[in-house]
Amino acid sequence: MTDAATALPLPAQRRGPLAAMWRRLRRNPVTLGALGVIVVLTVVAVLAPVVAPFDPEATDPAIALSAPTWQNLLGTDVYGRDQLSRLIHAARLDLIIPFASTAAALVIGALIGALSGYRGGWVDQVIMRMVEAVLAFPAFVLAMGLTAALGNSIGNIILTLAITQVPIYIRLIRGEMLRVREMEYAEAARTVGNPSWRIVVVHLLPNCIPPLIVQATLAMGFALLTMAALSFLGLGIRPPDAEWGEMTAEGASHMVTGEWWLFVFPGLVIMATVLAFNLIGDGLRDLLDPRMRGVR
Amino acid sequence: MSLLEVSGLTVHFATDDGPVEAVHGLDLSVGAGEILGLVGESGSGKSVTGFSILRLIRPPGRIVRGSVRLDGRDLLTLPEEEMRRIRGARIALVPQSPRTALNPVITIGTQIARLFELHGDLSRRAAWNRGIEALDQVGVPDAARRMGQYAHQLSGGTCQRVMIAMALASSPQLLIADEPTTGLDVSIAARILGLLRELGTRTGAAIILITHDLGVVAETCHRVAVMHAGQLVETGTVRALFRQPLHPYTRALVRSIPRIDREVALEPIPGAVPSLLHASPGCRYMARCPHALEVCRKNKPSLDVVEADHRVACHALEANRAAVA
Amino acid sequence: MALALYVLRRLMSVIPTLFGVTLISFFLTYMLPGNPAQVKAGPLATPEYLAEVERQMGLDQPMWVQYGRYVGGLFRGDLGESAATGRPVLQDFTQRLPATLELTLASLILAILIGVPLGVLSAVHRDTAIDHVGRIVGVAGVAMPTFWTGLLFIYVLFYLIGIAPAPLGRLASGLTPPTAITGLYVVDSLLTGNWRTLWSSLGQLALPAATLAFSVMAPVARMVRATMLEILQSDYITAAWAAGLPRRRVIYGDALRNALIPVVTTLGVVFGFLMAGNAVVETVFAWPGIGNYAVTALMTKDSGPIQSFVLFVAVMYVIVNLIVDLLYAVVDPRTRLS
Repeated sequence: MTDAATALPLPAQRRGPLAAMWRRLRRNPVTLGALGVIVVLTVVAVLAPVVAPFDPEATDPAIALSAPTWQNLLGTDVYGRDQLSRLIHAARLDLIIPFASTAAALVIGALIGALSGYRGGWVDQVIMRMVEAVLAFPAFVLAMGLTAALGNSIGNIILTLAITQVPIYIRLIRGEMLRVREMEYAEAARTVGNPSWRIVVVHLLPNCIPPLIVQATLAMGFALLTMAALSFLGLGIRPPDAEWGEMTAEGASHMVTGEWWLFVFPGLVIMATVLAFNLIGDGLRDLLDPRMRGVR
Repeated sequence: MSLLEVSGLTVHFATDDGPVEAVHGLDLSVGAGEILGLVGESGSGKSVTGFSILRLIRPPGRIVRGSVRLDGRDLLTLPEEEMRRIRGARIALVPQSPRTALNPVITIGTQIARLFELHGDLSRRAAWNRGIEALDQVGVPDAARRMGQYAHQLSGGTCQRVMIAMALASSPQLLIADEPTTGLDVSIAARILGLLRELGTRTGAAIILITHDLGVVAETCHRVAVMHAGQLVETGTVRALFRQPLHPYTRALVRSIPRIDREVALEPIPGAVPSLLHASPGCRYMARCPHALEVCRKNKPSLDVVEADHRVACHALEANRAAVA
Repeated sequence: MALALYVLRRLMSVIPTLFGVTLISFFLTYMLPGNPAQVKAGPLATPEYLAEVERQMGLDQPMWVQYGRYVGGLFRGDLGESAATGRPVLQDFTQRLPATLELTLASLILAILIGVPLGVLSAVHRDTAIDHVGRIVGVAGVAMPTFWTGLLFIYVLFYLIGIAPAPLGRLASGLTPPTAITGLYVVDSLLTGNWRTLWSSLGQLALPAATLAFSVMAPVARMVRATMLEILQSDYITAAWAAGLPRRRVIYGDALRNALIPVVTTLGVVFGFLMAGNAVVETVFAWPGIGNYAVTALMTKDSGPIQSFVLFVAVMYVIVNLIVDLLYAVVDPRTRLS
């Protein structure tokens, strides 16, 4: 039965895998669009002082709590600060924190996972038990406990988000490592007399990169959501630093008097950003991981 | 007029790089009580043909042209609901891998009995008893106990017997057996084939036996149709085709049957089934053919009658006759 | 026999996990800013008195001794005291747990009731408009911050349209809770035939439960869709089509029955999401559960309840995953009998 569909002669690969990937990506406007959103957002964050129409800290009681106007496109807050400018400046923290935490988790997780998968034995056992213990906590709940214990400086928030992510990469890399370790090129590298660390770093890790990229992209979205929720609860970024989740919390207190724009827009920005990360992650998974292709 | 007449059947599969022509302009007929062997390598389109008759080709696959007439009625134009009533009732399938063709979380008994309920209009209890009988008939030992078991508890051979019992639940006119002996032990495979042959004789059902094994065909079938790259290359009675295989592909297939009585080196067929993505206008066997002529490059050979009930699609007939002789 | 062995092995595997969990939560407590002895002794305590209190609390002992005492305390149900309420944390917990349980269960049921059909529809109508809409809703559902979904619900349904009650707790003000039987207001008012409280508690529950459900509905739908797609292409489904079984029966009987087995395994993860979401949603809707309690404690730097909450949720999560795994073994005939 499956024979009918799978045994069809496949078209010959006429171009290289990268070209094929780009071809697929080009035909996937959703992923491309999402990529565009993140690029634009990053540029806006980097150029915040240039792009933002106003100084995000400049108060003006005369226009306090003004609904969106042509002057203040997304309205103003209780101090008369321009919300659009505040959102633009907040983008810096909202991008850098998830990025830094994901990058840190990725590097640490990849190293530990590689060690665990390559060495095996008791090292592997101990690491995996620790991983299981961390994963026994729902990520956000662990993050709550960690920020409470560590305090909520920016560095500690990055650390917190990184800790909640690390086990995922350890598992991922370890699994890939176990799979790849038995393959012929690892065998070949060993027989040629390469030291084991070199085999791991030069020969095995690069093969684990595709699933890592997918996971990291999806993790960016999750880290942003976690950070925003922490800040919303008052456990993350605190005023006067602006952050989207914290801005939503501030805005929420004005809902009962009808100033909807103060909580709607920050949340909308969070959603759009997370959505973009998730769509890129899904798109990349389709491109990089043929096993998942079509399953979505 | 035969029970089943397929004519001009063409099936496409959409891919990223354009449509793949899995079956091209296929003509086929099977009479009541007849066993037709549909032979070819994997990818030759034989399973696709079988599923097209049941109209079970799913996207990205699509039946583009042709007709499939059962008792004169074109199945391809029927409304889906009417087609559903024909499936299982008048045309039944014995699938390729019996173990995975049984639902893993439903008991064997439920899977059989519901077919009797559906097609035989029986009560639940009566259907269950008929199920036990049916298992008995196809030689499943301890049938009543098997009814309460799951697929993973049965052997491959037993699973296939169960599948045959299920296919026969509605006394169909046509049975499509898709590689029914794949993955089975040789002796069990022989018994399954014997069972099919016997059932064909007893019930008068026509059988299309899809296989890649000409040996199986020689033992089981009345007529053969050989497929290559989505097209029929030769059809005929088993006797005619084995005595005088006229198409070079058939000849290669015949030569690749291992035999005990003769000491001959097995000859693999050179090359693979060609890509059907950008099929050439000429003969699709050309690249692998030892007798290829200039005309083969440009024109597709038509399936021509060479003698009563023996047809071949090849330009190099003379060379072929010489090769056989 | 094999099943019994599996159950035993799975039960054993919980022990190292729980050990790790208590270790982590101990470290979290240990790392907490501030000296608990100082808190207890008061700001004006003399150094001698402070040292005395530290000795009494065992804070001068080596870390592993402190860990032993900590675990010993846990076994006796001692989760410490809340500085804010002045009561044992365990007591505060048991009082608030039914509220959290009611919310979690309601949203779990809602997420399954919506997520499963959505996934099935998407898979059956693959690559059609239904599938695309389903997927967009799904992807958006995961991307929406839970607190924001909750706020939107409140703004539209309570503030603008006014069909939802004020997002303040489990019952409209003025109503007394039903006689406690299960602690779940909906169930209790149903059991006692108290229709007014039933209606009010359902109304209060609707928005927070919908908010939570919305965040986990998408993963459920996604999982169902993926497994359904795989199963719809399986040999036994093809065989079912070929046997002429009616469409409904093939999809909702043969296919879905198989698809639900892997879905059961995701319920553990879904539960984890719900527990995490609880803290946020209970805060937004002033729902008097343990999540709200923990967040309030965080605001007032009341460390006892926070770490107990983290530990409690983790232990619950481990237990739920254990139950899910055992359930899986029982549901799937392949593991049950082989």
